[in-house]
Amino acid sequence: MQKEAAIREPLILGNKTYHDVTEDVCRPIEGKAPKMWYILFSIALIIGLYGVGSILYLLGTGIGVWGLNKTIGWAWDITNFVWWVGIGHAGTLISAVLLLFRQKWRMAINRSAEAMTIFAVFMAGTFPLIHMGRLWVGYWVLPIPNHFGSLWVNFNSPLLWDVFAISTYLSVSLVFWYIGLIPDFATIRDRAKKPVAKRMYSILSFGWSGRAKHWNRFELVSLVLAGLATPLVFSVHSIVSFDFATSVIPGWHTTIFPPYFVAGAVFSGFAMVQTLLLVMRKAMNLEAYIHTKHVEYMHIVIMVTGSIVGTAYITELFISWYSGVEYEAYAFLNRATGPYWWAYWSMMTCNVISPQLMWIRKLRRSLLFTFFISIVVNIGMWFERYVIIVTSIHRDYIPAAWSMHYPSHIDIAVYVGTIGLFFVFFLLFARYFPVLALNEVKTILKGSGQSYKESPDYHKHH
Amino acid sequence: MSDKVIYAMYGDDEVLKSSAKKLVSGGVKISEVYSPFPIHGIDPIIGVKGTRLGIMAFLYGLTGLTLATIGMYYFMVVEWKMNIGGKPNFSYVENVLAFIPISFEFTVLCAAHGMAITYLLLNRTLPGMPAQNPDPRTTDDKFVMEIRLSENHGLTEEKVDELLKDTGFVELDKKIIE
Repeated sequence: MQKEAAIREPLILGNKTYHDVTEDVCRPIEGKAPKMWYILFSIALIIGLYGVGSILYLLGTGIGVWGLNKTIGWAWDITNFVWWVGIGHAGTLISAVLLLFRQKWRMAINRSAEAMTIFAVFMAGTFPLIHMGRLWVGYWVLPIPNHFGSLWVNFNSPLLWDVFAISTYLSVSLVFWYIGLIPDFATIRDRAKKPVAKRMYSILSFGWSGRAKHWNRFELVSLVLAGLATPLVFSVHSIVSFDFATSVIPGWHTTIFPPYFVAGAVFSGFAMVQTLLLVMRKAMNLEAYIHTKHVEYMHIVIMVTGSIVGTAYITELFISWYSGVEYEAYAFLNRATGPYWWAYWSMMTCNVISPQLMWIRKLRRSLLFTFFISIVVNIGMWFERYVIIVTSIHRDYIPAAWSMHYPSHIDIAVYVGTIGLFFVFFLLFARYFPVLALNEVKTILKGSGQSYKESPDYHKHH
Repeated sequence: MSDKVIYAMYGDDEVLKSSAKKLVSGGVKISEVYSPFPIHGIDPIIGVKGTRLGIMAFLYGLTGLTLATIGMYYFMVVEWKMNIGGKPNFSYVENVLAFIPISFEFTVLCAAHGMAITYLLLNRTLPGMPAQNPDPRTTDDKFVMEIRLSENHGLTEEKVDELLKDTGFVELDKKIIE
């Protein structure tokens, strides 16, 4: 058993036993869903179905239904794609990077953060797929022999790198998540009373029995997957940023994009984790496992990554002037003072100023305030992508072609629809899956549990 | 041949560990330990060797890297020298920078999935497999040690019982397996 310093706040509050951990996590799954769950689920489902309907209309009619024009060929769709992929960065960062750094506080949040990641990447994947217009030929992005002669996909293109990066990220995250879920499903299986539930969890748990050899393999597989997923997390958003950085559009053609996008992704991902967990811990009575300290840790990550993002914004501005390229300088001047000034300054306020408030301990430990900031960051990061994409292209080299982007009704419906679908998935997850890595939490109970840390024996040497 | 199996159940991982130490030094071979979470330090006591799945992951990753390299070499250099800005791909080495992202992604893809599939097959944990833990509480808060008499030649049941006494188990169960 590992012990830790007495001044560290315990990660599990109260007097919990191993059995209590099981009870606390399984109770919401075994009991009846509260009325609020049904209400939220219905709302999310209706919004989600509206989005699905809009996507079907889009596929039937063509992407002309979007608010694009000759000047602005990329706008709302790719903004949403990048926003969702960014959100989908927190889960694997928490479970992989924090595992490598042996951060024990990850154990209470990694399961739900990773579920959030997977659902967010699902939503992200929707946008490039529907943007093809002809969804049914989507498999053309794969290098498969075809009847067009020697026609292959272009391996020099960042758009193809994205295909590989996103699909690898999604499938590896899914596997990482599921391997961790198997032992927890076994716990639910062994407690299940109703035959249908028993059968379902029996299938889901793959017959896990908790043998010593299996746990030995489990720990190694988790470690190696974490080692593989860590560079993967960084590569995915770097490659997303290449979609812009390798072009020659002023405002996109920037070498700092990869680290800047990765920091932004982690920033927005943690904000979304925060938004969801602050509600979930309350609704599911998990306050003993996800408490103020966890919220504070997450807000420190938000503060650090937010500061990186802020530095990147200012660096971009400086370089646009220092480069001496007038088109580059204009692109940034236009962002700040042109017709999209409101989007630019919303982004600046939400992403640069709000994370700096987290230097104040009292604020980052206030649950209500941190919830508010997490929403602000989510909004700010959407605006960041919109600003980068739309303001860089809406005024190109010929003033006669200058234009504005107005999202169409379908643009908005598809975006809002993905938010609905995301919550449909997340609510189903919260209802039927163990939202806490309960067996992993048991391993830190004696080292970081409050009642153990406060007992007189804890600091005795053996 | 029938075999007698002794299941000693403990309520705490540390107690099970010290008990296992005592039994092993008394010459008992512990066949299996079932626990709700990994008990750190139990493997050397009961003689579970470290897994070689890490080496497998490396080999799968190497396979992925090789496949990606061969694939991109064939598609982009041999079969169709894509001409971008008057610079066709005549050699792999000169164009390798553009191939690094996909080489990396494909390496990770193969290593992660190859290892995960091997892990599930080795454990025989697959959809629809029956649970094999002797007691449903071993996935909650109980820890069970399994001792098979057939694996302990020269030790009688009474001798094992005597060694188990005072180790702090909460339940002792004996079964005859055909």
